[in-house]
Amino acid sequence: MELVSQIGGSVTEGLAYIGSLASLGGRAALDLFIGPFHGKPVRLRRAVSQAMDVGVRALPILSLITFFIGLILALQSAYELRRFGAVNYVAATVAISMTRELGPLITAIVVIGRSGSSFAAEIGTMRVTEEIDALETMAISPVDFLVAPKLVAMIVMLPCLTIWANAMGILGGSVFGVWQAGFTFVRYLQVSVDALILRDITTGLIKSLMFGATITAVGCLEGLSTGVGAEQVGRSTTAAVVKSIFLVIMEDLVFTALFFFVGAQ
Amino acid sequence: MERDDPGLVSSEPMISVRDLHVKYGATEILHGVSFDVKRGETLVIMGGSGSGKSTLVRTLIGLEKPSSGHVLIKGKDVAAIREAELEEVRKKIGMSFQGGALFGSMTVGENVALPLREHTKLEDSTIEIMVRLKLEQVGLEGFEYYMPSQLSGGMRKRAAVARALAMDPELLFFDEPSAGLDPIIAAGIDQLILELKRAFHMTILVVTHELASAFLIADRIVLIDRGKIVAIGTTTEMQSSIQPRVRQFLDRVPESETAQESDYLRALTEERRFGRA
Repeated sequence: MELVSQIGGSVTEGLAYIGSLASLGGRAALDLFIGPFHGKPVRLRRAVSQAMDVGVRALPILSLITFFIGLILALQSAYELRRFGAVNYVAATVAISMTRELGPLITAIVVIGRSGSSFAAEIGTMRVTEEIDALETMAISPVDFLVAPKLVAMIVMLPCLTIWANAMGILGGSVFGVWQAGFTFVRYLQVSVDALILRDITTGLIKSLMFGATITAVGCLEGLSTGVGAEQVGRSTTAAVVKSIFLVIMEDLVFTALFFFVGAQ
Repeated sequence: MERDDPGLVSSEPMISVRDLHVKYGATEILHGVSFDVKRGETLVIMGGSGSGKSTLVRTLIGLEKPSSGHVLIKGKDVAAIREAELEEVRKKIGMSFQGGALFGSMTVGENVALPLREHTKLEDSTIEIMVRLKLEQVGLEGFEYYMPSQLSGGMRKRAAVARALAMDPELLFFDEPSAGLDPIIAAGIDQLILELKRAFHMTILVVTHELASAFLIADRIVLIDRGKIVAIGTTTEMQSSIQPRVRQFLDRVPESETAQESDYLRALTEERRFGRA
């Protein structure tokens, strides 16, 4: 009985959390899409500087990581493919797994580590130092001022980063392809491109759009609900990272399943 | 003194608080507080830690919702009006927070300019001039391009006052203006409040536990203890009061047996205050 009530309790809590995420994300989206029609333009300058932070500054590390992921993927798949004498399928395998799955996912995880955590830390610190209260007393909505620009930056930059990550992954795979599988570089790229259909790329991008919204909502919600004291900021930051990763994987599962069954027809 | 001039301190209340109760969860912090703030007066709310004075000022500005009772600012009930109306009321209020609450990612000038940029359609060049004027008023001319982290505690508070003044508010709230400052800097902040009072005849509400500062700046003082108003009156009335709680506070008599309760209450208020989503 105890167990049942505990399970029920945590399920309700989880649902309530998703509810507050949706409400925060919804309010920010409302500010973004409806606000301009009520004379409240989107804070472009803030959005652009966020986009720099979220997107452009993530490029070096993201490139490095996805390049290696592509290479690892090529090595791992070649290990199995070699037994069937099908090593030249490595290009297709890498291209499809990158664009459909690993590109969006690895990008999301890198962005969670860099930006999701910093959203929570930034807003959490502002909560502790009463800056959020100051915004409210100045009749400036914190959602409008802080969350909305981050949301635009994320939903624009995450798909861009994902495309970049896909390319870097394929490039990583090509190192193995040229070195071990007898491709020329151009041939490798050609085979990769031929293996892909537009759908592989778009499903990845749709996922990355959802991931972007999730990462922003979790990071900002954790920041806004920070308790008193500096150590609470650390706690919110950790919570933001853990919860974002979990939710991103859940979403990934739901969307992949959706695409799988819808695509089967 | 302004307070002797009947034209400046009018009898119409700027703020009126009626039977205000505020709860954090199951704990009631304010148990039925009622008082008025007249237009043009400086009212100081005094009380020990955990007395509920900070909660009171946060409720006045709509950061906390009362569980019952009313807060009327210029006749509008801040707990009952819609968000858009509340924003209109808030634009007429300037608030200086305890730690300044300046935005760390913006320069001092940008901080002061923020409410102007958000709520007015003024040209950038006009805003720049206004920012310089506001900073001059608080004695911080030439500091527009400093980051808040480069300022000392007292300067940060002055900058926060400049930001609070940006929209030319009718009401100015101070939360613990001299907390964490050395006596000389704190005296400077008191002086600043007095100057603002003289120059702009603003209605000023100050929350503090500093006796000397309270008696220097106040027209009237409200003494609040454990969520209830113990005494309310002019500075002279307070000084000559014979009420035991007032005397204890003014004569700084320690109290041991209730210390734990008030500490507990304080911990509760702060936890709740920052624990909201």
